Amino acid sequence: MPRPGFVLDVDRATPPVLFHHGENFKLEKLPPGRSRIIYPGEPLEPLDDIEGAIHHALLNPHGDSEPLPALLRPGMRLTIAFDDISLPLPPMKRPDIRQRIIEQVLDLAAAAGVDDVELIAALSLHRRMTEDELRHAVGDRVYDAFAPHGLLYNHDAEDPDNLTFIGTTDQGEEVEINKRAAESDLLVYVNINIVSMDGGWKSTATGLSSYRSLRHHHNVKTMQHSKSFMDRHASELHSSNWRMGKVLRESGVKVFQIETTVNNNVFGTEGPMSVLQKREWEWTTRDRMTFLGMKAGLDRMSARTRRSIFQGWRAPHQMTSVQAGEVEAVHEVTTANVFKQHLVPVEGQTDILTMGLPYICPYNVNSIMNPILVMCLGLGYFFNLYRGKPPVREGGVLIMSHPTPWEFHPVHHPSYIDFFEQVLADTTDPIEIEAKYEKQFAEDEWYRHLYRTSYAYHGVHPFYMWYWGAHAMQHLGQVIIVGGDVRAVRRLGFKPASTLQDALEMASDTVGRDATITHLHNPPILMADVT
Amino acid sequence: MSSSDRSRKANGERIAELARRIPVNRSTVTAAGRLSTAAALRRVPFPLRPPTVPGGVVVPTPKSTLGANYDTEWARRYPARMARVLMLEGVVKPAMQVLAAPTLRGLDRLTDLEGPAVFAANHHSHVDTPLVLSSIPEPWRHHIVIGAAADYFFGNRLTAPLSALVIGAIPIERTKVGRKSADDAAALIDEGWSMLIFPEGGRSPDGWGQEFRGGAAYLALRCGVPVVPIHVEGTGRILRKGRSVPRRSSTTITFGRPLRPTEDEDSRRFAARIEAGVAALADEDATDWWQARKRAYAGESPSLQGPELGAWRRTWALGDRGPRRRRTTKTRWPDLDEH
Repeated sequence: MPRPGFVLDVDRATPPVLFHHGENFKLEKLPPGRSRIIYPGEPLEPLDDIEGAIHHALLNPHGDSEPLPALLRPGMRLTIAFDDISLPLPPMKRPDIRQRIIEQVLDLAAAAGVDDVELIAALSLHRRMTEDELRHAVGDRVYDAFAPHGLLYNHDAEDPDNLTFIGTTDQGEEVEINKRAAESDLLVYVNINIVSMDGGWKSTATGLSSYRSLRHHHNVKTMQHSKSFMDRHASELHSSNWRMGKVLRESGVKVFQIETTVNNNVFGTEGPMSVLQKREWEWTTRDRMTFLGMKAGLDRMSARTRRSIFQGWRAPHQMTSVQAGEVEAVHEVTTANVFKQHLVPVEGQTDILTMGLPYICPYNVNSIMNPILVMCLGLGYFFNLYRGKPPVREGGVLIMSHPTPWEFHPVHHPSYIDFFEQVLADTTDPIEIEAKYEKQFAEDEWYRHLYRTSYAYHGVHPFYMWYWGAHAMQHLGQVIIVGGDVRAVRRLGFKPASTLQDALEMASDTVGRDATITHLHNPPILMADVT
Repeated sequence: MSSSDRSRKANGERIAELARRIPVNRSTVTAAGRLSTAAALRRVPFPLRPPTVPGGVVVPTPKSTLGANYDTEWARRYPARMARVLMLEGVVKPAMQVLAAPTLRGLDRLTDLEGPAVFAANHHSHVDTPLVLSSIPEPWRHHIVIGAAADYFFGNRLTAPLSALVIGAIPIERTKVGRKSADDAAALIDEGWSMLIFPEGGRSPDGWGQEFRGGAAYLALRCGVPVVPIHVEGTGRILRKGRSVPRRSSTTITFGRPLRPTEDEDSRRFAARIEAGVAALADEDATDWWQARKRAYAGESPSLQGPELGAWRRTWALGDRGPRRRRTTKTRWPDLDEH
């Protein structure tokens, strides 16, 4: 029976706690008596019979949907959209969940005599997936059957000929999505919910949409009113997507949503990485030796080697649930299943929140974690992993540990480079950035060209990363990055510190000398349910 | 020359003359005075020599320890298994990489497979066994026995132990109906061993498949284990039936989703479903997965056994899968560099 997550009050006997630090680790001693650590739950038991569970889900849908076989008929147009490279994190070992589901959907389609089938990677304004990445997601069989005929491809949010304007919401938000998906008799969406933010109408209304549509919810105002965007019912981001979903439904776009959840088994229960998901006082002699060996090796490697090792890791996540049918009904069940794995009850807020940022975030798979993504992972994702209220009080301090190199992937993140050099050199205020620079980057022809033909994130994407942290920036009194490139950290508008002790000392200027501390022991992922 | 030398020479000539005149030669004369081996053995007293048989008594023929009766238990003990692992990983697998350059497909379909299984593959060539054996993933690869024709692989004292040791073969009777082979195989599966069977019962005579026999299906039903269909393509080009010298060629091995018998299925119907599974894999290999699935559901998967036509048209219909002509000359023409 996996043990649930819990909050540990740090005392003198508490061993140093693991901090992820990019492609490396640190062991840090937290001050006893005023610190606590939120530990994630152990990986939930996976489904026994994954293939059987998928089959059952397709035949027993939630909400007012018919079973999938009843929705399939000869002569129809079927489109299967699936989540892109940003999910799950890290990428999972083969076979990927998407492959398992898509094969079963196609099997039913073949049985029903459906011929007109296309598959679309719903990547919105993310970079296009490479052939290897698509093969990993959908499997070689599906790739070889569809891609050579042009029937498996990446969504292109800048192709006016392949976008359809659906309508506007009651709040004036324009809904524009992929034309093939909109005009199909059935759109089957295959999702992986690694955090509660994913899925629901966000899959279609964001994943298959264009800048014209996205700008209505990917903006500073929406993000500052999403408290947090991991909690759908308190998230303006989701409210907007749900309004768009209503427009889609009323316009006749028929969506059969398939959502899945995975467990917290990120580093495995065996092998050298398994130590990373054990609680420190339970490390055996072997674990400790493994950790010391791994750290000694990593300390001596070049950044490039470390990156290639970590980016090569394929996580042994396993599916914990799969549900299909009508979007909203499915998503309610999915969210409850995500919470079963992630939610940890936490009482009250503290003055300081500490976190060790790992090597990966949704936007640097097979890529480089540049300073903007460091900000987005810490202030966007990790900070927002709460329900109720943030684990750190308003005006509190966030201390993150990451090397924050001044380094960018020139193919994947070209607009990030200009954003960092040009925009952040001018201001770090998200509202000012949005007003002054967003349109220019979003409509830049060169970025548009790279997004469509190369493997670049869209020109406007770094802005969204910055907006992702807008709520945290508004809430926090100070942000300190430990062990980061000093110039890069300052460019982000944060304070650099050499050690955690220095950072705590610096934080005392803002929150006093006896400030209380909460450490988010993430990854594996946890979500603080703060009361 | 001395007088003694002259005397010796004269004596030799007399003996040669004598040998010419009498109808036996000297070796015969000499041999006549020696005991033959058989005679020497007969002089050994009884407990040390085999007994003679009294007249009128019929000695029962001892039961053959070859063929289906060959006991392969020793080949599943630790030292033999270690030797097999070393041979498989150190010799067979590299040799297959060079000879057959296999492309493995569908291994992900075995992700959820646990415990023993029956692996059922089509059969074109002697290369199939080492190739499939070295392609089956762990944990099955080194805990597997192979159903081999008792009359062919276990027919003499040399091939029987070699088959048992090198490929972990167990004898399967294919020429007569007997329970022993099935009982032995089922007992091994119950002990946790997986099994590789070529249900066609022999190599393809013409490049097309043969009807699947019920052995694999029977064992799966009896032991409650799944059957993994495997399609092997290309080994006919390496060493088809009738050839003795292998040629290098590329091969593709496609693993199918494990099949479990349904409640109302007997071994004959399950065998037909296994054959259909392998046929669908063959179709998948020839076209793509989506086309193969559509044809499988429409009942239009091309049969493994090929069209019922005359011999040459069957060979013709093999197309690229058939034997490729060996290039007889290395002369390239025109060679523009020389002109």
